[in-house]
Formats: sequence, structure tokens, C-alpha cells
Amino acid sequence: MAGTSNIKELLTRNLRQSGIYIAFVFIIVLFTILTGGALLSPGNLTNLVLQYSYILILAIGMVLIIVAGHIDLSVGSVVALTGGVAAVVVIGNGLPWWVGVLAALGTGVLVGLWQGFWVAYVGIPAFIVTLAGMLIFRGLTMQVLGNVSLSPFPEQYQYISGGFLNGLFGGDGYDAFTLFLAAALVVVFAIQQYRGRLAKLKYKQPVEALVLFWLKTAVVALVVMAFAWQLAHSRGLPVVLILLAALVLIYGFISQRTIFGRHIYAMGGNLQAAQLSGVKTRRVNMLLFVNMGLLSAVAGIVYSARSNSAQPGAGNMFELDAIAAAFIGGAAVTGGIGKVHGAIIGGLIMAVMSNGMQIMGIDQSTQSVVRGVVLLLAVAFDVWNKKRSTSAA
Amino acid sequence: MTEHILVMRSITKRFPGVIALKDVSLTVDDGEIHAICGENGAGKSTLMKVLSGVEPAGSYEGEIHYRGRPVSFSSINESEAEGIVIIHQELALVPHLSIAENIFLGNEQTRGGVISWHETNARAAELMARVGLDENPVTLVGQLGVGKQQLVEIAKALTKNVSLLILDEPTAALNDDDSEHLLGLIRGLRDEGVTSIIISHKLGEIAAVADATTVIRDGSTIETIDMRVPDDEKSTLVPRIIKGMVGRDIDSLYPERHAEIGEEIFRIEDWHVTHPTQPDRLLVDGAALNVRAGEVVGIAGLMGAGRTELAMSVFGHSYGRDITGTAYMHGKPVLMRTVSEAIDAGIAYVSEDRKQFGLNLIQDIRTNVTSAALSKVTSRGWIDGNEEIAVAERYRSSLNIKTPTVMAQVGKLSGGNQQKVVLSKWLYTEPDLLILDEPTRGVDVGAKFEIYSIINELAEAGKAIIVISSELPEVMGLADRIYTLSTGRITGEVAAQDATQERLMELMTMERE
Repeated sequence: MAGTSNIKELLTRNLRQSGIYIAFVFIIVLFTILTGGALLSPGNLTNLVLQYSYILILAIGMVLIIVAGHIDLSVGSVVALTGGVAAVVVIGNGLPWWVGVLAALGTGVLVGLWQGFWVAYVGIPAFIVTLAGMLIFRGLTMQVLGNVSLSPFPEQYQYISGGFLNGLFGGDGYDAFTLFLAAALVVVFAIQQYRGRLAKLKYKQPVEALVLFWLKTAVVALVVMAFAWQLAHSRGLPVVLILLAALVLIYGFISQRTIFGRHIYAMGGNLQAAQLSGVKTRRVNMLLFVNMGLLSAVAGIVYSARSNSAQPGAGNMFELDAIAAAFIGGAAVTGGIGKVHGAIIGGLIMAVMSNGMQIMGIDQSTQSVVRGVVLLLAVAFDVWNKKRSTSAA
Repeated sequence: MTEHILVMRSITKRFPGVIALKDVSLTVDDGEIHAICGENGAGKSTLMKVLSGVEPAGSYEGEIHYRGRPVSFSSINESEAEGIVIIHQELALVPHLSIAENIFLGNEQTRGGVISWHETNARAAELMARVGLDENPVTLVGQLGVGKQQLVEIAKALTKNVSLLILDEPTAALNDDDSEHLLGLIRGLRDEGVTSIIISHKLGEIAAVADATTVIRDGSTIETIDMRVPDDEKSTLVPRIIKGMVGRDIDSLYPERHAEIGEEIFRIEDWHVTHPTQPDRLLVDGAALNVRAGEVVGIAGLMGAGRTELAMSVFGHSYGRDITGTAYMHGKPVLMRTVSEAIDAGIAYVSEDRKQFGLNLIQDIRTNVTSAALSKVTSRGWIDGNEEIAVAERYRSSLNIKTPTVMAQVGKLSGGNQQKVVLSKWLYTEPDLLILDEPTRGVDVGAKFEIYSIINELAEAGKAIIVISSELPEVMGLADRIYTLSTGRITGEVAAQDATQERLMELMTMERE
């Protein structure tokens, strides 16, 4: 049955997904007003990207872990450990920056194998395994670093999170390259969307009305271009933003369009049914934790590059921010539901709130309270939404 | 004249779409052991839920008189206050607490607001002596076998000053010695004045212990049989109960099939399965069976006979432990130690419990349909979402799944449509052998007919099919050949044309010598 849906349907059909975008827009508007526009200034937007990129990277892995019905409390410690290993290799032993990166990534994979082994093959709940991991890897970080901070990193290493692509195409007072890349991205997005729409029509699937389709595409294009405009008027395109965008795209595809991704959702939705459908649950769990270790290493590299040092106490409480991002982004506490882009929006909501409150000069204690309340309300909304949908059945 | 302790009159209980009980009456005399017999789904458990207040007063029609007074319980606490205690088939004990703690759970022995362990354990020991449980009161319940746990439940009932004890299949999970002990205990309680109602499938047991038996079929009372007859008449009792349980006509519910029966597809020999946590309990004991192309083979067995355990152990060792025996596909031995190996070998298993084992209820129809054969919609690592939708649409129209779109959440479909989604999922794996475990449980009559038609079409397409069912008319209406299963053993093999419900029920209730 081919048909078109109107705006109201589009919004109500999936309140869980659309609700998060509405909340995001609301929070941006709110803090733009409260900060007198400072939130969206070129310099601050650039800062926002740099300051929260590692949380967003962690959130990508965390949402997959949560969809499978697990949790990972160790990522903060793993961020510290992998950053520490990179520092020892690069700063301590004077090896090239890329050896440090590879050593950090390798450490992340080893951590993942370790935790995956206990979860998948011994059957210990991930909560316990990663709680132990949180202590173990924090301790190992201190030993690796000999309990002191190591700094500074060589310039190439710092470039990973502090670098900008700037001036490639020139531009007077702004970076033309950033604008060009954003424009290209928008065109690719529009073509992709349009081809998807055609394919859906071919398979006689309902699509939104053509006017609505172009309206949606135009809004996305406008937001992306405005964002790029602001970045272009600051320092240009942050390297870490490219990294982040690539990860979001890759993991979006992995979670939605590969068998591995589908198995994660199947396990979270009904573990027993998944097992009886031939899902090799142990292997999926193992891969999930290896992947989380790897992404923690990426976050560890970005964080150490940004702070230009490796500290024994680095990454403290990162796990809680990543978990909160996944839940605010619509992941279900019971597993089986959650999306990568949802977690990214969830992480951005946290980032905008923290950043906005910092600009307003609100003290740390109040910030903590507000963030806690927002997390609670987000999950309460999820629970309420679930009740609503079951009573409608 | 004996006094009636319980009179239930004209009880009618409706669930959405189903009438579970129509106009059922039950009269129990004071101080007797009263058995209730009926097929699975006949309404026995529902009747007991009405009596004990699990189904609260007002949700059913009819009246209940207890000790000569009309009563209307709206919760289990109210019925327990009157001395009516129900012991469910799944025991409600806490494994990590001691025997004494379990006996007094919710009824703690306190002194000044503090639990008095001395009194708890001492009183527990008295009660345990009464039920013949020779254990230390501080032993954890989880360390006891099922038989002894059953005794703990009864001891717990005694603390509530029980006068009417209801036991739902008390011996289903017990070995012969434990069953014997339990039945002796129930007799002993009768002599102390406790009336018991026993729901059981084991007719030999009932003949030995019951004073009266009420037979229920399809939500209606058939008859109440006085079991206190002279010894030479005893042998007529069990056939009479069986006739009452099954005496229903097979109507034209079953569509005709024109399948050609071909080569043998699947065979197992000397199949043994042990209980996953009780290593001394054999769930399947030396089973052997085969099924050919185009053939529908029925497995008839009552609850607890080992039907599901047999099927799931075959399907990639997904239940039980220490599984031994040989399985053959197309005449060649195959090893299926994991579910994916079983799927690759060409076997599909449709579980009796679709919500727990068959479906991802929070996902859409499309995702569920492709979930067991994802590689078929995947090319170069990417799942083709549109192709998935096309596949799901194909099954939606061929199996007549009633839904506006295949993107609808499976949890919101009716039972019959959910069952069709599970069937679609397994048909998409293109199996040679389909094992259908209670394929029409919780499905309305219209959808039942459709599912029977699908089964016939599959057989006509040359698939081998095993149907497990506890509804005898269903097995007889569908199968070419029927195996009967009782306490883990295959007790008979009957060709469809030779099968009568009486004959099958006899084989299904055959107890171990």
C-alpha cells in the first residue's frame, strides 16, 4: 500500500525518536536566549565540538552495549589507560606519534577481549565485569604512568584533536573549504534521501509527501550550512569533527544494516528468541566489548591529544556521561531499543546544557543537579511512552 | 449424609475472545480427596483460580458456597484466611532461603517485632515431621529436590490452618518414590480432616487415591464419578475418565491434504536428554522416531511428558544436558550442537511459547521475519532493507497476516497473527523439517484453520513436519502417524487411521513399570 504521511503522522508515529529532536531544539533555543546568543557564536560552537567529542565517541559504543542489554562502567578508566599507553610510547620512549596511536588502539582491543571473555564466555553480568574493569584499568593507568602526568605530546599528536583544516581554498575572514565540504555533504545527503525515497516507492512503501520531503531536506541543509558558516568564521573545520562524523556514519550503518547490528537488537529484544534463531550470542557479546574497547581507545587518544598530557586521573566519570547520552537519546533501559544518532543527540543535549550553564557562570554543583534531573526525566519519558504504546495496543 | 465443604455452581468465566468456563459446577464433600481431570486447556486451572480468588469475584458469573456460606474472594489472601490453600505446579518457594524461612514466609514468627529464630525453626521442625520431611530446618530450599520442595509447600500450607488444599499437578515433576510419598501424605491429611482437590493427568494415581473425580472438557463439567466402588469395578474407572476427557467429535476443522509421502527426511535413535539442573532426572529416555517427506507426524503427550524437551534438544541442543543419541538427516548422521548448525542442517523449530522463545515483540514484523535467515537479504555485508520488506510482504499475503503494514510492532498483533509471523520466520529459512510445538496454542478458531491449511501446503510441497500437541483431535486431524510420549518415553506409534482418542490417551498416561 503506497501512501504519503503528513506532518502530524510523522511526529506522532515515533514519539520516542521525534521527541528527542524536539527536546534538542528546545534546549538550544533556551540556552541561546539565556546566554544572549553566546552559545551559537563561532568560537563557542568550535569549542563545543572539541570539548565533548570524546564523550560522543564513547556514546556510540555505549548505545550498542546498552541495546544488547549490557552496560559498561569501565570506559572512563580505559580512556585514561589508552591515553597513558600512548604517552609512554610517544613521550616516554620518543617513538613517532602514530606508534602511540596504534599502541593505544591495541590496548583498547586487549581490554575489550578481556571484558568480552568474562561477559560472553564465563557469563558474568557486564555490570560486575566492567565495575571490576573500572578499578583494574584505573590501577593499571597509575602503574603505566608511574603515578605522574606525562606531557607535552608532539605537535602531530596534538593535531588529532586540536587541528583544523583551514585555508585550503582561501577565503577572506572565513574558511571557504569548510563551506565547500558542508555544501558537498548536503548535496550527497539530498541525493541519498531522494534515492531512498524512490526505492521505497518501488517497493510500494509509504513515504512522506514530496513537499514535506523537500521541506525536511531543506531544514537539514539549512542547519548544516549555518553550523558550517559559524565554524568557517572561527578556526575552520576541526579534524576531530571529521573523525566523529565518520564514526557516526560507519556505526549508523553497522547498527542498522549489517547482520552483526541486527543481532545486537535481536539479543536485546529477546535473548532466548535470538538464541533460538541461530544468533551466536557469545560471539556478538565478545565483538561488542572489543568494539567498546576500541572506541574507548579512540576517545582516549582524542582526550589525551586535547589535554596535551596523560594523567592518572583522566576520564573520570566519562562512563556516566556516555551512559546518560545513550539513555537521553532514547535507548531503552531493558535493551533492544536505541540508535547511534539518538545517542549522539543525547550527548549533544548534555553538551549544550553543560556548555550553556558554564557560559552563564552557573556553578558546578548546580550543573550537576540539572544534568541529573534531565537524565531522570528522559528515562521517565521513555517509561511513560512505553506504557502509552502498550495501552494503545 | 456427608456435608459439602465446597459447592461451585454455574461458574462462567470469559476472557477476551474466549469462554474459558461455561456453566461449570463442582461439589466437594468434606474430608474427601477430589480429583479434577481434563485435557490441557480444558479449564481446570482457571476453575481453581476462580475458587482461590486469583480471578477476583465479579470477573466471573456463578456462585461459590464454602462451608455452607456464599463466599466471594477477591484475592488469594481472602481465600487463605478461610483455609483454602492452593499449591501451584510451579512452586512458589525462595531457593536462597531456608526451609523454615520458606514455611513462615509472609507469616514470620516474631517476638516484639523481631523474628524469633528459635521459635521459627522449632515450629518448622514440627511441621516437617508432620509431612515426613527429614531435613534440617535451616537447609536452603534450593538444595532440596523437587519432591522435598513439594513437601515444604504443604508444610507451609499447614501453617495457614488449611482445610481445603488444592494441588495443581503435584506429581508432574516427581519420580515414583516421591509421588508415592506425597500421595500417602495427602491420604494422611484426609484422615486428619483436610479436604484435598488434586488436578492430575496421571489417571493411575487418581484411581488409587481419589474418592471422587470430576471430569472437565472444553470448559464444561462432564460428570463427577464416585471412585469408592468395589474392587472389581475399579478397572472400569480409568476408561470412563478417558472417555469423558476426550469424548468430543472431530469436526470438519481439518482441511484435506493430498501429499505424496516420499523418502525419509529425519530420524533420531536412542535419544536421551537429562534435566539441565537436576542431573538425576531423565527427561527423554531412549526416544526413536522418524519422519518422511510430505508426511505429518504427530507427537502426543500430556504436560511434562517431555515433548518440548525432545524437540528443543534435537534443535541444536537448545534444552537439557548430556544429550546422547544419533540424529539423521536424509539418511546421514548430523551433529547439531548449536542452533545455527540445526538451521544449516535444514531444521526449523516453532516454539510453543512464541512470546518467550519465538518473537522479538518490540520489533516490527519485517525484522522478525528475516531474523533467522538474515544472510538471504544481505549482499556484500549490507542488509537490503527494501528487500526485507518485500520478503515480509510476501509472507503477509501468502499467510494472510492481518496488519496494515509489515512495519507494525509484533507485540501489537493478535495471537494468531503472531503465530503466522513466527511461521513466516521459519519458512524463510527454507527448512526440510519443520517441528511445530503446539502450533495453535492461544489462537482463535479461524486462524487455527488457516494454520492447518499452511501445514498441509507445506507437506504437499514435500517438507517433513512434526506436530507436537496435547490436543488429541488436533494431532489426529493433522497427522499421518502419531507417536505417544509419556514420562520421557515413546510409548506407542499409531497410524492415523487406527488412532482413537481412548487408545492414545491410554498410551499417553502409561506410567513407568
